[in-house]
Amino acid sequence: MSVQSEIEQLLETHFQPERLAVINESDRHAGHRPPEEGNETHMRVRIVSPAFAGMTRVARHRAINDALKPAFDEGLHALAIEAAAPGEPTRW
Amino acid sequence: MSAVQEFIANEVKSNDVVLFMKGTPQFPQCGFSGQVVQILDYLGVDYKGINVLADGDIRQGIKDYSNWPTIPQLYVKGEFLGGCDIVREMFQAGELQDHLQAQGVAVKGAA
Repeated sequence: MSVQSEIEQLLETHFQPERLAVINESDRHAGHRPPEEGNETHMRVRIVSPAFAGMTRVARHRAINDALKPAFDEGLHALAIEAAAPGEPTRW
Repeated sequence: MSAVQEFIANEVKSNDVVLFMKGTPQFPQCGFSGQVVQILDYLGVDYKGINVLADGDIRQGIKDYSNWPTIPQLYVKGEFLGGCDIVREMFQAGELQDHLQAQGVAVKGAA
């Protein structure tokens, strides 16, 4: 399973998102990272979930980082996060 | 506490604003670190940049220190504030400026 699919599944399971996009941005960082198999080192997560209502930004990121610990352990290097609760503005 | 954890604790407690980053403020070596540098420089904040690429123990140690898996990490008055995305969102909302001033950190152009 690709890292991208793994991240999608982990986020679906943990947060039941209303909207979810996992984007592989690894190619944009190819210059400072040796090419690795599949090249899925730099990912962006865009997620809207009721689970984030009432949570601070740091708490949202911590929850996502914790949920994605298996992916970090497998070599995920950078994770950009755009997390929102329903009703909050998004730019995607 | 290990030596590297003591070093980190001392840095974040003895400097008002500390950025653990890849590269230096003068020459960031990662786009995410570079974004935070740009924001802090724009705000005219005095801060100390610590290059985690120069020391593997610090690079891992800072991830353990705040249980946060990525770099950059910004600390204000000893408190972990966030990484690149959080700092940028706070800056765009005006919250970063407010937080710094509330903590007694001078911000350029502030009343």
